[in-house]
Amino acid sequence: MTSTRFDVCIVGGGVMGCSTALFLAKAGMRVVVVERNALCRSASGVNAGTLTLHMTRAALVPYAMKAWEMWMRPETWLGQGVLATHAPGLSLAFTDAEVMMLEERAAARREYGADISVISPQAAMKVDPGINGSIKAAAFCEIDGFASAYLTGRAFYAALREAGVTIIEQFSVGHIERQNAGYRVSTEDRSQSIVASRLVLAGGVWLEPMLAMIGIHIPVKTLINQLIVTERMPTVMRSVLSIANGLLSMKQFANGTVVIGGGWQGIGSRELGGRETIPENLIGNLRLGQHAVPALASARVARIWLGLESETADAMPMIGPLAQHPDLFVIGCVHSGYTSGPYMGKLLAQQILGQQPEMPLFDPSRLLPTDDQAVASLSRGQ
Amino acid sequence: MNHYDLIVLGAGPAGVSAALMASAKGLRVALFDENAAAGGQVYRAPIMPDAKMDGAEFRAGETLRDALSRSKVRLFLGHVVWAVTGDYRVDALGPDGSIACTTTVLLVATGTTERVVPFEGWTLPGVIGLAAATILLKSQRTLPGKTTLVAGCGPLLVAVAGNTLKAGGDVKAIVDIASRGEWLGTASALLSRPAIFKQSLTYGLPILRARTPLYSRHTLVKVSAQGDQLLAEIAPCDAAARPVAGKTKKILVDCVAVGHGLTPSSDITRLLHARHQYSREAGGWIAETDENGQTSRERLFVAGDGAGIRGAAAAMEQGKRVGLACVAIIQGKTVPEPEAENLSKAWQHAARFGQKMAAMMALREGHVDSIPPHTVVCRCEDVTRAEIEQACEAGAHDVNQLKAWTRCGMGPCQGRTCGDIAAELLATKLGVSRETVGIFSPRTPLRPLTISDMTGDYDYADIPIPKAAPL
Repeated sequence: MTSTRFDVCIVGGGVMGCSTALFLAKAGMRVVVVERNALCRSASGVNAGTLTLHMTRAALVPYAMKAWEMWMRPETWLGQGVLATHAPGLSLAFTDAEVMMLEERAAARREYGADISVISPQAAMKVDPGINGSIKAAAFCEIDGFASAYLTGRAFYAALREAGVTIIEQFSVGHIERQNAGYRVSTEDRSQSIVASRLVLAGGVWLEPMLAMIGIHIPVKTLINQLIVTERMPTVMRSVLSIANGLLSMKQFANGTVVIGGGWQGIGSRELGGRETIPENLIGNLRLGQHAVPALASARVARIWLGLESETADAMPMIGPLAQHPDLFVIGCVHSGYTSGPYMGKLLAQQILGQQPEMPLFDPSRLLPTDDQAVASLSRGQ
Repeated sequence: MNHYDLIVLGAGPAGVSAALMASAKGLRVALFDENAAAGGQVYRAPIMPDAKMDGAEFRAGETLRDALSRSKVRLFLGHVVWAVTGDYRVDALGPDGSIACTTTVLLVATGTTERVVPFEGWTLPGVIGLAAATILLKSQRTLPGKTTLVAGCGPLLVAVAGNTLKAGGDVKAIVDIASRGEWLGTASALLSRPAIFKQSLTYGLPILRARTPLYSRHTLVKVSAQGDQLLAEIAPCDAAARPVAGKTKKILVDCVAVGHGLTPSSDITRLLHARHQYSREAGGWIAETDENGQTSRERLFVAGDGAGIRGAAAAMEQGKRVGLACVAIIQGKTVPEPEAENLSKAWQHAARFGQKMAAMMALREGHVDSIPPHTVVCRCEDVTRAEIEQACEAGAHDVNQLKAWTRCGMGPCQGRTCGDIAAELLATKLGVSRETVGIFSPRTPLRPLTISDMTGDYDYADIPIPKAAPL
């Protein structure tokens, strides 16, 4: 394995790492992706697959809109797709306080280019007759939709192989060392290692320990999102639904199953993964879902699972080179990252290829402790 | 929320005897089962409570149910347990709605799931599992069909054929993968267990009397619809259950009852992340335990066939032994010798015959390989053998990756029916061990439940909605 020197080694085979790898390989670079588990099994393949602007952070809306088009047209870059489906999106308000929140959030996203309007209950019922008629208002966005996220690994596996990317799964990185104008990445016991001229860290919640391997300390929070899927059932809804504060995501797939999410938390950690569901949170999430679409009452829940999500201190992404570390790049911690993922990968690939990225990146260095903070933490003995 | 010293999940012989033992020694015990009466599959109760049936198994079941009703064990029958958490909270849905309770010690005695290795036509109406036939006969007192073909392997073949005949049905043939020699190999273990020997005579004699044709070392290869009936094709097979050249036979029946052994139901111990290992001889993936039945997780125990298939008689003895260990933990003592030693001996004695039977029911190497390419393996999601193997060629190398790439195991049964077969297909195709390809991740709810059952009555204002997502 050490006989090949790669142009780029990407650590982390989620949607961020895989799409970066794909664009680099298509531009002619020799790329290797190493992944501790299997491709897209930790967050990218187990998320709710919502491709919505209602829940995308306002400042990320322009990126999400670009990525939305990529998901809808996989033939232009990915090959086999993930059953991305265009559906209208509604965000519902059931109380006066929620109406205010809805208007505020819609306005913030409009500022960044999302075509979101606040509509009457009657107009919302026209978009989706399945919703609860007792709403006070709804935010409507024509550009919305969903994907079958579980197909992400399969699609990227085929695309990366086709593009000549070396994929190494079950490779858990334990050491990263700077070496001869490049990097050596090794497993914990150093039995396997890879040498590459450039290194991309795309580890999602594992970015914190990955960065620590090269002495960089940036905290990354781990969220453990619970997701619920029903058995197949007749059509009960046709839109992608959320509520004003963003804590519901719900849609019905072509096969009849309904996925209910919204970031309700379960138990788990970065080290152990998603460990178990919290019954109260499940029931809360289900009550919200059933309140939004009353016909869900008779649906049977088939499966509940847990997916990881990463978040930085300012809840904005880390995408770009790391100052003072030549040829080292980071990509991750994108809120609603699955939606924006492919476009974020494309942008980072442009940067690595020496081009001007189409849109600004998100400098990870902003999250480094300032000297004052470093002194303060030293004096506290940390 | 109610708290117990011990919650036992599963009211079969292992669960009931453990609960009785623990309760008799002073523990506060709760016993859960999704069926309306205790007894499990072997000692299953009729649904009409006044129905009297004969037979040693019915009487043994009545004895268990009597003992329970006289004990202080708190019974939660007709309760579907849908979640078990790491702090041993049990959530269940019963006739009166949802309940949740907690326990200090949790004992999982959930028995087994039937395995059917797919063949052409196995999803047709009228093709049912041997376990389903058993439920019809014991619980509903209904014949599976006017005429029945009984096929597969293991002791359930004899039990279903015998019970069908005793209930007045017509068994057209028994198709058995095992050879006569394999059955003879169990004779000494059988003779050392007079009660079981006597019990097997009650099944065997009607079969002999009816002169039911027995096709040893044969396997069912195809079932097709023929008007209102089913046409079953059987063929000779080798010891690995692979069909071989030779005389085939077609048999017309109303019902085909088929089963290829049992696999331990380990959903709950896997959900709780106890350490498991794969044992082909004991039925599949089972939780690793110490001599007391305690898993790698403290205060989490397993007993009965879920801890490795050894049969009902062994489960009963093991339940007592593990129940005693649960008592010791709660009372802060070690398990008292010689009581433990006597129980262990009784268990080992009973297990010898069960072990022989388990070996006969173990998944045979060539069996899965005989599934035709376009036969459905995952019947909830219609995934064929060919699709599973294509995913394997496309790069899937563990079963959970396979699940995501094909939807195999994503339906209402959550892979209980196809999981063992899909994993075997993947392991065979990749030329690796079953341990390497793994097992489907367990998920709550442990059984599908309607959303309204889980949500109950509520107002929107009562939903504890977390603070808003970032703007």
